[in-house]
Amino acid sequence: MAVVPEIQNFTINFGPQHPAAHGVLRLVLEMDGEVIQSADPHIGLLHRATEKLAETKPFNQSIGYMDRLDYVSMMCNEHGYVLAIEKLLGIEPPERAQYVRVMFDEITRILNHLMWLGTHALDVGAMTVFLYCFREREDLMDCYEAVSGTRMHATYYRPGGVFRDLPERMPKFQPSQYRSEKDLKRLNTARSGSLLDFIEDFTDRFPACVDDYETLLTDNRIWKQRTVNIGVVTPERAKQLGFSGPMLRGSGIIWDLRKMQPYEVYDRMDFDIPIGTNGDCYDRYLVRVEELRQSTRIIKQCVDWLRDNPGPVILDDHKITPPARIEMKDDMESLIHHFKLFTEGYCVPEGEAYAAVEHPKGEFGVYLISDGANKPYRVKIRAPGFAHLASMNEMVVGHMLADVVAVIGTQDIVFGEIDR
Amino acid sequence: MSALLTYVDELLVGLGVPAPLPYVVVTGIKIVVVLLPLILSVAYFTYWERKIIGWIQHRLGPNRVGWNGVLQPFADVIKMLFKEIVVPANSNRFLFLLAPLVSLVTAFSVWAVVPFSETFVIAEIDAGLLYVLALTSLGVYGVIIAGWASNSKYAFLGAMRSAAQIVAYEIAMGFALVGVLMAGGSLKLGDIVLAQQGTSLLSWFFIPLFPLFLVYFISGLAETNRAPFDVAEGESEIVAGFHVEYGGIAFGLFFLAEYANMILITALTVLFFLGGWLSPFAGIAGLEGTWLAQSGFHWLAAKMVFFMFCFLWVRATFPRYRYDQIMRLGWKVFLPITIIWIFVEGVLVALEVGPWAV
Repeated sequence: MAVVPEIQNFTINFGPQHPAAHGVLRLVLEMDGEVIQSADPHIGLLHRATEKLAETKPFNQSIGYMDRLDYVSMMCNEHGYVLAIEKLLGIEPPERAQYVRVMFDEITRILNHLMWLGTHALDVGAMTVFLYCFREREDLMDCYEAVSGTRMHATYYRPGGVFRDLPERMPKFQPSQYRSEKDLKRLNTARSGSLLDFIEDFTDRFPACVDDYETLLTDNRIWKQRTVNIGVVTPERAKQLGFSGPMLRGSGIIWDLRKMQPYEVYDRMDFDIPIGTNGDCYDRYLVRVEELRQSTRIIKQCVDWLRDNPGPVILDDHKITPPARIEMKDDMESLIHHFKLFTEGYCVPEGEAYAAVEHPKGEFGVYLISDGANKPYRVKIRAPGFAHLASMNEMVVGHMLADVVAVIGTQDIVFGEIDR
Repeated sequence: MSALLTYVDELLVGLGVPAPLPYVVVTGIKIVVVLLPLILSVAYFTYWERKIIGWIQHRLGPNRVGWNGVLQPFADVIKMLFKEIVVPANSNRFLFLLAPLVSLVTAFSVWAVVPFSETFVIAEIDAGLLYVLALTSLGVYGVIIAGWASNSKYAFLGAMRSAAQIVAYEIAMGFALVGVLMAGGSLKLGDIVLAQQGTSLLSWFFIPLFPLFLVYFISGLAETNRAPFDVAEGESEIVAGFHVEYGGIAFGLFFLAEYANMILITALTVLFFLGGWLSPFAGIAGLEGTWLAQSGFHWLAAKMVFFMFCFLWVRATFPRYRYDQIMRLGWKVFLPITIIWIFVEGVLVALEVGPWAV
């Protein structure tokens, strides 16, 4: 009697070292030929115990850790944390600070979506979009640098406002042997004015850049074949899975914290929320691309307001915010405030608070419990990517190996926030 | 060139060298004359690929080694030569090292029948077209053996994809060439080009065989595993596919073979559809006698450069197809197109319409 060999599925270890794993995702894929039977995401390879670390430090010293959660949308992470502290303290930042925050939240959203668009396209094989996106990202990184001194991990938001007012000058490109005189001039024209001038110039030229990306992708037959009807999530299922942000809106649910429970000055902004209809990768792509345009609109409104309304950008309450450097030179009380603030920090009244922001990836929430000390008793971070990654199996079963890559791209996964 | 070869031949015969030797020497010289520039153009093709895609993508490309990076290919070759070739522990050592050679040998030996001008070709085989088809199909064995011998799941997937893809596109390509055969009336590559000689460039085959021309060039992209059909090595899916376990010059040989094949596809496209070495300005008054109207290798090279640029242009523009979509395109789109056009062509030949008018 002939022995019939047992047919086994092909198990493949996708990651953690894989060009499309977006960091350190490890997926164990069971495949029947090229068709996925099950996908098992393994997490924890980038775990840095952020929540636990935050319990050991004064409140302000953890802001920098928040940058390092989702390291492509830094200021939005800070925003969630800072909002929670402000809620516990019962303070509200000055109006100008709120506008600055909204502006930088939207700059961050563009930063994140550009990163997402570039890597998503690269995963699907279109390498040019990736570099085009990074070209525009560079300008926004320069805004980060101008305002906070660093290109990525800004630590710019503080409880009670922002670290400092927008600078009057933009850093300029220096001559180099690889850059011609003409190039240098072109690159520096937008940088001759203040940061606000630079950002306004950016909002003027950015929609044309988005058109460029869309030319390469939106109507491209191959792009459509690779994304339409891939990783479909129904609206009901999206809610059950705890989706938020563009993943939820891609499935056709109108939900955006900026509109539903406005924080800062979002209620004064004029913008639209794009939603999808099918809940596939292509719809989520369209939603995010439209968000790029809407964010540009919001930034423009903020720039206009900020130009006309100078004022303080941080509270004058020196129990919470540091006094100006100059005051410390001849004012004893300021010196004491400064010393106390940078050694002990400030005590937050007993209680608990949850603050959420519409992060580029979804709802980013920080749940904070204080026992009245200068350190949080417990910090819990709600990272949107975690819920999205959990749906990986459901989204890819029955699709092919190449679609796994597209789905990872569409989920916009960043391991910094998932593993925390 | 051919005068020189005849001179060498006569010289050797005159010196009383026994019969097959002069022929061997002359052919040997021809092989060197073809292969050395070929390897050099592969090297500079990689350089121009990086430069051109760099410009398309708004960046500089290699610019450090030598003036504007012109020595970059040599730096790459030297790097690869000095790297260790790691043979995975559980691989089949013999097949693992054989695979790159299979790829390379087949990629180079096709050039034997490619005519570079009316007089210069290494081997004038009557069934040249069949030889081309046979050897390009053999090339896939290098990929399959590599994927099998590596004993790696990614490499295995890459090899399987490549095998299926080549079978699908080989057929479409073959049918496209049937059309060329019917038009050219010969299997000899030189005769196919000469059949396109007419009053002007309007007599080239790309006009009556336009659908076949497109199918052939796109199948060529697929055949050489280039974007958007690069699923066999699709970087973001199966990392590097069949050559994921290869390093050093073993990888270098695959690389060399891939680029030699790309240049070959451009050469064949030009020979079959765009009049090979014929001048596009042949029939135009006022240009007679100038090099523009002169047929020759420079026209072949110019046309090839254009198609090589198209390879890079396509790579920089399009996303990658999914594996099953490539199959669908090959079997359900290209194959029917070629069959229909062969039928149409048959009708035209029978009715003696168009270029077949006697």
